[in-house]
Amino acid sequence: MRGKRLFIATFLIPPLLLYGIFVISPYAQAFQISGTNWSGLSPTYEFIGLDNFQRLLGDGYFWNALRHNGLLLLLLPVATILLGLFFASMISVGGRADRVGVHGVRGAGFYRIVYFFPQVLSVAIIGVLWKEMYAPHTGMINGALRAVGLDGLAMAWLGDPRFSFWCVLVVLIWMNVGFYVVLFSAAMQSIPRDLYEAALLDGASRVTTLVRITVPLVWDTIQVAWVYLAIIAIDGFAIVQIITDGGPSSSSDVVGLRLYKTAFADGQFGYASAIGVAMFFLTLTVAAMFLQVTRRDRVEL
Amino acid sequence: MAVLTETRRQTPPVETPPAAARPAVFSHLFLTVWALLTTLPLVWAVLSSFKSDEEILTSPWGLPSELRWENWSRAWNEAHIGRYFLNSALVVTGALTLTMLLGAMAAYVLARYRFRGNRIVYYAFVGGMMFPVFLALVPLFFVVRNLGMLGTLPGLTLVYAAYSLPITVFFLTAFFRTLPTSVAEAAMVDGCGHFGLFFRIMLPMARPGLVSVGIFNFLFQWNQYVLPIVLMQGEGAERKWVLAQGLTALAVNEGYRGDFSGLFAGMTIAMLPVIAGYLLFHRQVQSGLAAGQLR
Repeated sequence: MRGKRLFIATFLIPPLLLYGIFVISPYAQAFQISGTNWSGLSPTYEFIGLDNFQRLLGDGYFWNALRHNGLLLLLLPVATILLGLFFASMISVGGRADRVGVHGVRGAGFYRIVYFFPQVLSVAIIGVLWKEMYAPHTGMINGALRAVGLDGLAMAWLGDPRFSFWCVLVVLIWMNVGFYVVLFSAAMQSIPRDLYEAALLDGASRVTTLVRITVPLVWDTIQVAWVYLAIIAIDGFAIVQIITDGGPSSSSDVVGLRLYKTAFADGQFGYASAIGVAMFFLTLTVAAMFLQVTRRDRVEL
Repeated sequence: MAVLTETRRQTPPVETPPAAARPAVFSHLFLTVWALLTTLPLVWAVLSSFKSDEEILTSPWGLPSELRWENWSRAWNEAHIGRYFLNSALVVTGALTLTMLLGAMAAYVLARYRFRGNRIVYYAFVGGMMFPVFLALVPLFFVVRNLGMLGTLPGLTLVYAAYSLPITVFFLTAFFRTLPTSVAEAAMVDGCGHFGLFFRIMLPMARPGLVSVGIFNFLFQWNQYVLPIVLMQGEGAERKWVLAQGLTALAVNEGYRGDFSGLFAGMTIAMLPVIAGYLLFHRQVQSGLAAGQLR
C-alpha cells in the first residue's frame, strides 16, 4: 500500500510542478494583473479594479483590431470549410461512376499528401514566404500578373491599407484548407458508397449529393472544424505580425498583436493582461455559440 | 420528381462512357489547381534560393542560371541559420523527451490508479487546452524572468514541455485506459513492482499512442512562434534564438541589406527537413495531427 502511494506521488509530482509553475500560475496571475496598472518596471502597482476594462471599451485601436478578428471569424471558417468540402468530395467521390459504383479519384493519396504541406510548415516559414510572394517588385504574385500582361493589377499589396487585411486572410485560408481536405475526406470514407449510387440513379446531381448526403453525414467533423478555425481566427497573431505587423496604419491589426505590443513594446502589463482576459472570454463565448448554432440531430447509419 | 427520376433512368449514366468520365476530368482539374497553389510557392522559394539577387530582382519567375550553393552557406553561416537550427533542435529534443516522459507518467497514474483527487488533477491538466496562450503571455514572461531563465534554452525547453502537457495527458490517459488489465495483473503476480510494470510493460504497449501524440507535439514545438518571441528577448538573447525567430528576423533585415537570395536559402533550409520528414512518415503525421485536433 505504501509502495503504491509512493509510486503515485513520484509519478504525479514532477509533471504537476512543471505544469503548475509555467501554466497554471500564469493563467491565474493574468486575471489578477488585469486589475492593476502595473507597468512591469516598478515593483509597486495599484489595484485599479475594472478600470482597465473600462479603458478597453473606449480604446479605438482595440475595437479596430477586434473588428478584424470578427471579420476573420466570419470569413475564415466559411471559406476554409467550403473549399475543404469541395476538394474532399472530389477526392472521395469525384471519380468515374461506372458499373461497379462510385469511386474516389485516381491519385487521391497524392493529393492528400500534397495538400497537407502547409500544415507541417511553421507559421514563421509561411509568413516569411508569403511576405516575399506579395513583395511589389520581387514577388511571385506581381511577377505572374506582369507575365500575363496584367501590369495594372500589380500592386504594393501589403503597403496598401485597402488590401493588407485581405492578403492576411488569403494566407490563413491557404495554410488551413489542406488539413480540412484530409480530415473531411477521411470522414467521407466511412459513408457507404451505395448511398451515392442510389442518389445518382435517382438523378441527383453531384451538387445535390454533396449538400443532401455528404454534408449531413460529416456534420460532426464540420462542427469540430468550425470551432478550431474560430480559435485560429481569434488568434491570427503570428501571420499578421510577420506579414504586415498590423499595418499599414492598423489596417490589418488583430487583438493578439495589440496585446503583444501593449505589453512588450509599451510596457503596460496591466492593460495587456486585460486584453488577454477579454480574448479569453471571447474564445469561450465563440466556442459555446458555435456549438449551440451548429447543433443538429446526428444522422445514424 | 417522379417523372424526372423516370426519364433519367432511361439513360443510365453507366452506359455512356464519355459522360461518365467527365466528372473525373473535372475533379482532376480542380484538384490539380489547388495542388499547384500549394506547391508553387514552396518550389518558388527553393528555386529562388539558387538565384542571384539580380535574377530575383529582374525576373521573379525565371529559373536560376546556375545552382548557387553559396547562398545556402551564406545563410547557414553569416545569417546564423545554422545556429538557430541547432538551438531549435536542442530545445525540441529536450522538450519532447520531457513532455513524453512526464506526460506518460501522469497519464498512466491518472488512467490506472484510483486515489483521492484523481479527477481534479486530470481536469487541471486537460483544462489547460481551453485557455488561449495569450492570456498567459504577460505573467509567463515574468515567471520565466524571475527564475532567471529569460533568453535561455533551458527556460524555453521547460515552457514548451509544460504547454504540451495538456494534450499529451488527455490523449495518453485515454490510451492507457484501453490497454488490457490482464497483462498488468499477470506481471504483478510475477512480482513486478509498480515502476517495473510501467517502464517494462505498459510503456512499450502504449507505443502507437506515444508515436501519435509525439508527432503532434514535435510539430507544435518545432513550429512554435509566439512563445520564443516573448521569452527569448533581452541582452544576448539573439545567440539563443530558435529557427522561427531567426528566420523572421532575417526577413526584416533582408529589407535593409538586400540579400534576397540569402533569405530564400534560409527559408529553404528551414523548410526542407520538415517536408522530407513528412514525406517519409506522411501517414503517421496526418493521423497524429488529426488525432490532436479531434480531441
